[in-house]
Amino acid sequence: MTAAKKIKEPLIRIAKRTELTKRQTMLLRFGSVALALVAGGLFILAIGTNPFEAYATIISGAFRSAMAVQGTVKICIPLLISALGITLAFKMKFWNIGAEGQIIMGAIFASYFALFHSDLPHWLLLLIMFLAGSIGGGLWGLIPAFFKAKFGTNETLFTLMLNYIALDIIIFLRDGPWADPESGGFPKIARFDKNAQLDQVFGVHSGWIAAVIIAVFVFVYLKFTKSGYEISVVSESHATARYAGMNPKKIMLKTMFISGAICGIGGMVQATGSDMTLATSVAGGVGFTAIIVAWLAKLNPFGIMVVSFLFAVLEKGSSVLQSSFGLSSYCSDVLQGIILFFVLACEFFIRYKFVVRKNSKEVAE
Amino acid sequence: MDFWVNLISAAILAGIPLLYGTVGEILNEKAGHLNLGVEGMMAMGACAGFMAGFYTNNAIVAIIAAFLAGALGAAIYALLTVTFKADQNVTGLTLTIFGLGLSNFFGEYMLTNSGSSSLKLPTEITAELNSVSIPVLSDIPVVGKILFSQSPFVYLGVLIAVLVFIYLRHTKMGLNLRTIGENPAAADALGINVTAMKYINVIIGGGICGIGGAYCSIIYCGGVWMANSVNGLGWIAVALVIFASWSPLRAIGGSLVFGAFSVLKYYVPKDVITIPNAIFDMLPFLITALVLVISSIRQSKENAQPASCGTNYFREDR
Repeated sequence: MTAAKKIKEPLIRIAKRTELTKRQTMLLRFGSVALALVAGGLFILAIGTNPFEAYATIISGAFRSAMAVQGTVKICIPLLISALGITLAFKMKFWNIGAEGQIIMGAIFASYFALFHSDLPHWLLLLIMFLAGSIGGGLWGLIPAFFKAKFGTNETLFTLMLNYIALDIIIFLRDGPWADPESGGFPKIARFDKNAQLDQVFGVHSGWIAAVIIAVFVFVYLKFTKSGYEISVVSESHATARYAGMNPKKIMLKTMFISGAICGIGGMVQATGSDMTLATSVAGGVGFTAIIVAWLAKLNPFGIMVVSFLFAVLEKGSSVLQSSFGLSSYCSDVLQGIILFFVLACEFFIRYKFVVRKNSKEVAE
Repeated sequence: MDFWVNLISAAILAGIPLLYGTVGEILNEKAGHLNLGVEGMMAMGACAGFMAGFYTNNAIVAIIAAFLAGALGAAIYALLTVTFKADQNVTGLTLTIFGLGLSNFFGEYMLTNSGSSSLKLPTEITAELNSVSIPVLSDIPVVGKILFSQSPFVYLGVLIAVLVFIYLRHTKMGLNLRTIGENPAAADALGINVTAMKYINVIIGGGICGIGGAYCSIIYCGGVWMANSVNGLGWIAVALVIFASWSPLRAIGGSLVFGAFSVLKYYVPKDVITIPNAIFDMLPFLITALVLVISSIRQSKENAQPASCGTNYFREDR
C-alpha cells in the first residue's frame, strides 16, 4: 500500500495567484468592463440595432445639452446617496438589501413636514425635513439590525420585506390620510409648497451638495474614526470584536441606523428636490441599483461617485434610445446586469487562476 | 359555502407562482446556494413563456420555453457562484435586476414590433392553460371545483413539488445533494461530484422558477402582456422557503396560505370592516417578516437552512 500511486490530475484546476499589483488589478477590472460592453453590444446587435450607434446615442443622450447633463446629475444624486448608505452596512458584512424601503421612509417622514408645516421659515423647514428624512430612514434600518442583534434574524430577507411594507405605507397614505383633495379622484399626494422644495444650485436641486458632503463623511467615517475601525473589526469576526472590548451588537445597531439614515436623506432629496411630491416611485429601484454601484466601486466612496455617475449616464442615455431606436429604456438594466456579471467573474481571476494539466505525475502516498 | 370555495380557489390561483418559486429555491438552497435571483428568473420565464405562447400558440412549448429561460438565468448564477466563487448575495441580486430588465425589455420590444397598443395571447392558449375540468370528478360539489377544475399549472406545480420531495428524501442523489448543502467538503471527500451536482440542481431549480413566471404572465395577467408581471412574488418565494422549512410538501401549504393573504382583500365584506387595500397588500410581506423573526427565535436544528448555504465551496481553501 505504500507504493507511489499514479494520481490523475484534473484537466483544469484552480490555483491561488500570487498577489497582483494594484495596476494589474485595475487593468483586469477595466478589461472586464470593456468585455461587458462588448457583450452588451452583441446583445444590441442581436436585436438588430447597430451597437456603436446605440452606445453613441447613450453618451450623447446624457450630455447633448445643459438640460441633459442636469437630468443626468438628477438621476445620479439619489443613486449616489443610497450607495453611500449601503456601503456602511456592507462594510460590516450586514447585507442591507433594504435601501429601497429606507429611501421611502425617509421621504415619508420628510413629506409630513412638507405637507403640513410648509409655513415654517424656508431654511428651518428644510433642516427639519432633512433631519426627519434621516430619522425615518434610520429607524427603518434599525428594525432589521435590532432583530439580527437580538435573535440572529436573517437580515437579507428581512430588509427586503421592509421594502414592500414601506411601499404599501405610501400607497396607504396616498389613498387615505394624505390624499390630495384637489386631484379629482386620481390617487396622488399633493404637490409640495414652493417653500418646501429644495433650492436649485447650478440648475440642479441642491441635493447634489448633500451627496458630495455625505461622500466625504462616509470616507472619513470609515477611514479615520474609531467607529470606522470598529466596523472593519466586526465585519471580520464578532468574537475578535468582543475580545477587543467592543460591543458588536451596539456597533451593528449604530451602523445600520446611520446606513438607513443616509438612504433616508436620499429619499428626502428625491421627494423635495426632484419629484416635488411624495410619489410611490420615489425609490423606484434605486435602492437595488445602489447595491450594484456600491459593489462595483469596491465600497470606496469616491469610486461610488464615479460609478453612480456612469450609471446615471447609462440610464439617462437609455431613455434616448427609446425615442431614436424604439428600444425600451429597460436596456440600461440589462447592460448594468451584464457589466456586474463580468466584474463578478473578474474578481475570481484577480485571486485565482486556472491551471491546465501538463502531464500526470507521480505522487507519493 | 360558496364563499369558502371561491376564496380557496382564488388562493390557489394566487399561490401557484409562489409554489414554483419556492420549490425552485429549495433546490438551490439544498445545493448550498442562497439564490436571490428568483424574481429575475421568474421574470425571464414570464417573458419567454409569453413570447413562445404568442408566436407558437402551443401551451407545452410555452411552458418549456419558460423553463429554459429560468434555467438560463440560473446557469449564469451557477457559473458565477459555483465556478467563479462570486458572492452569492450580489450575484443573486444582479440576476434579479438583469432578469427583470431583460423581461421588460423584450416585452416592450415585442409590443413596438407588433404595432398594436397591447399584446394579447391567442384565446386558445389561455383557455387551454386557464382551467381543465377533469370529467366526472369536477362535478363533485365543493371538492370538484377546488381540486379538479384548475389550471394545468396547478397540477404541474403540485406534481413538481411532490417529485422534488421524493427526490430529496428518497433517492441516493437527493441524499448526496443534502450532504452537499450541509457540508460540501465531506461530500467531496465521499467522492460526490460537488460541482456537477450544484450546477444540475441550481439550473433545474431556476427552470422551475421560470415556469412560475410564465404563470404570472399568461394566467395572472389574463393573457395580456404587462411589464413587471411577477411583481415581487419571487421575493416572497425566497421567504416562503423559510416558512416551509425547506420542505417542498410544506411549500404547497405555505403557498396556499400566502395566496389566501394576497386575495383576502376581495373577500372581506366591506360593510363589516373597512380596511384600506394597502394594508391587505402589506400582509404577505408583514407575515413573512414575522415568520423570519419567529423562526430565528426558535432556531430548530431539524428544519434549518442547509449549513453551507450562502458560502461558496472551494476545495483548495480547506
